[in-house]
Amino acid sequence: MDTVTAAGRPGTDLPEAVTQDTGTQDTGTGAPVITLDAAGLTTRAINSALRELPDGTSVVIMDPRGRHNLAVGLSNRIDVTVDGNAGYYAGGLGDGPDITVNGFTGWGIGENLMSGTIRVRGSVSQSAAASAHGGLVVVEGDASLRAGISLKGGTLAIAGDAGQLTGFMAQAGTILIGGDAGEALGDSLYEATIYVAGAIASLGADARRSELTEDDVTAVKQLSDRAGFDHIDPQLVTKVTSARELYHFTAHHASSY
Amino acid sequence: MDNHTFPPDVIASVHELADLGRYQIRGFGARRKVPNFDDLVFLTASASRYPLEGYRERCATRTVLGARHGAHPVDLAIPITIAGMSFGALSAQAKAALGAAANEVGTSTTTGDGGMTDEERQASKTLVYQCLPSRYGFNPAHLRAADAIEIVIGQGAKPGGGGMLLGQKIGPRVAAMRTLPEGIDQRSASRHPDWTGPDDLQIKIEELREATGWEKPVYVKIGATRVSHDVKLAVAAGADVVVVDGMQGGTGATQDTFIEHAGIPTLAAVRLAGEALRELGVEREVQLIVSGGIRTGADVAKALALGADAVSLGIGALLALGCNRPTYHQDSTEIDATADYAALGTRPGECSACHTGRCPVGITTQDDLLSRRLDPGLAARRVANYLRALTMEVTMLARACGKSDVHNLEPEDLAALTVEAAAMARVPLAGTDWIPGAGR
Repeated sequence: MDTVTAAGRPGTDLPEAVTQDTGTQDTGTGAPVITLDAAGLTTRAINSALRELPDGTSVVIMDPRGRHNLAVGLSNRIDVTVDGNAGYYAGGLGDGPDITVNGFTGWGIGENLMSGTIRVRGSVSQSAAASAHGGLVVVEGDASLRAGISLKGGTLAIAGDAGQLTGFMAQAGTILIGGDAGEALGDSLYEATIYVAGAIASLGADARRSELTEDDVTAVKQLSDRAGFDHIDPQLVTKVTSARELYHFTAHHASSY
Repeated sequence: MDNHTFPPDVIASVHELADLGRYQIRGFGARRKVPNFDDLVFLTASASRYPLEGYRERCATRTVLGARHGAHPVDLAIPITIAGMSFGALSAQAKAALGAAANEVGTSTTTGDGGMTDEERQASKTLVYQCLPSRYGFNPAHLRAADAIEIVIGQGAKPGGGGMLLGQKIGPRVAAMRTLPEGIDQRSASRHPDWTGPDDLQIKIEELREATGWEKPVYVKIGATRVSHDVKLAVAAGADVVVVDGMQGGTGATQDTFIEHAGIPTLAAVRLAGEALRELGVEREVQLIVSGGIRTGADVAKALALGADAVSLGIGALLALGCNRPTYHQDSTEIDATADYAALGTRPGECSACHTGRCPVGITTQDDLLSRRLDPGLAARRVANYLRALTMEVTMLARACGKSDVHNLEPEDLAALTVEAAAMARVPLAGTDWIPGAGR
């Protein structure tokens, strides 16, 4: 391991409190990787350090132990690896960074993401990619309830199963589920599109199965490739969109909800 | 004999429900009579206490909000702020006018459900950015551009309910900002998408602080229902400021039944909230903003006396802009709008048709032609005048109570005119030392 200090790296201006606890490691590519040992740093110190890093920097957060709010609100184009489990909102409110979590995460992974990518090697808890406006969230395991809730243009790819109310009130964007979908899929869906490779327990209010077009097949293929999923046959997914029957307020629809 | 169960207005309402098969949706706030600040009076100075000179001795109004966790506090010249009202519910001109007025008197404005417009950011020196369940237009760049963050759990007009914006107001710009199809009837979520209980809220607040470098004060706004519990939970979750919106609070559109039958009056809410902060010992650390039917300087003063650090105005500010006036000004000409009110089935002074998007004076509309009926300069001057007048009324009452700072007003300065108000505000019924329920 290269022991060059982070503070000694040109263009890197880390707070003193952080640099004392950071190190670098050589990835073999010639580019040093900054390491932040979460066990010895506050969340505030970690995020503050991340915010200060120049574009193109790679960082590994070691020993996260399920810490909440790691790598949130970043707008620089850095590469962050959380080497373990993360808590709530990892990568939330991000606009640019590429984040990988080598573990499981709590609620709201990548919530309100604007751009960038988040990849979770394990499974995620509730509300993955909630209200994400852009970017890509890839879950290599399963997703719990309400994944993609209020999605506003972002893309969510789940390799495994997704829980109840996935895509609830999703407004725009794409959700790909490589496994089975739980009950009330796409409830109150707006203009987002959901593709499911496995079984669907039930559809939610105003969600319907739609015809799969060649464009859809291409989109699923491209998204699967980008997500690294090789178990999905794009020709065989089920497409779910809004029936658009509840867009306008009509009392006689009350029993539809 | 009068029929108190089915009086004529109730019979008419039943007929309407039978004809239409739906409930009424409208704007504005509660119309029903509930105990309010009019039911209190000040016990101003006499022999036992001496007043300050009304026009000569200084009475401070500066209001500092949100320093609890080391954020840059919101530092206001007056204890009166402008409540969250969305671009969408209001026209862009109306939002800009509110911002200009707030700047003129040194106070803050607040975004609403639908995100932050460039116009309101530019117009408002101090802008509070709301984080609502819908997250329409929610953007971390705007979060960082804001002066404070307000997490909205509930609203006094519809605590427990989500926002509503009918299709008439979902024009191209509003639709794009909210990522919604144009013209749909927007019914927002009533719960946040990524947290539920107070433990989650604590983490959510930390996230917002982390995303903004811990520089922005975080407000938590609740609709007034279980006020004591909710205030304590908000404080425990880390709120710097708690905003409590009583049942008289306004809305751009919601069900009439919600407006009239959910939540408790502001009069009761302010006292409960203030006591909750005192019970936690954080009344000097966490500020309380109260809203919901605040109209006059007397209302402001009474809210401060009962424990608020500031108040927030919604409908009052809209009225000052020109809402419910019979005329509007365009090209220096005053034009009669009563026919436009009539077309909505209402008249000036009684209109609550904000939900239709056909506001006769150009405030609660997204229609280009109607929006032009609001002269932003004139409207801003009127709102600034209103806020100044309220502030003068507050200081007048505070001086008369012998206070050199409006924040020194206290419950002991008040008496109640009704048993209900005495019980809710927990001040003695006038002429007695009786506070119903005290000592229980």
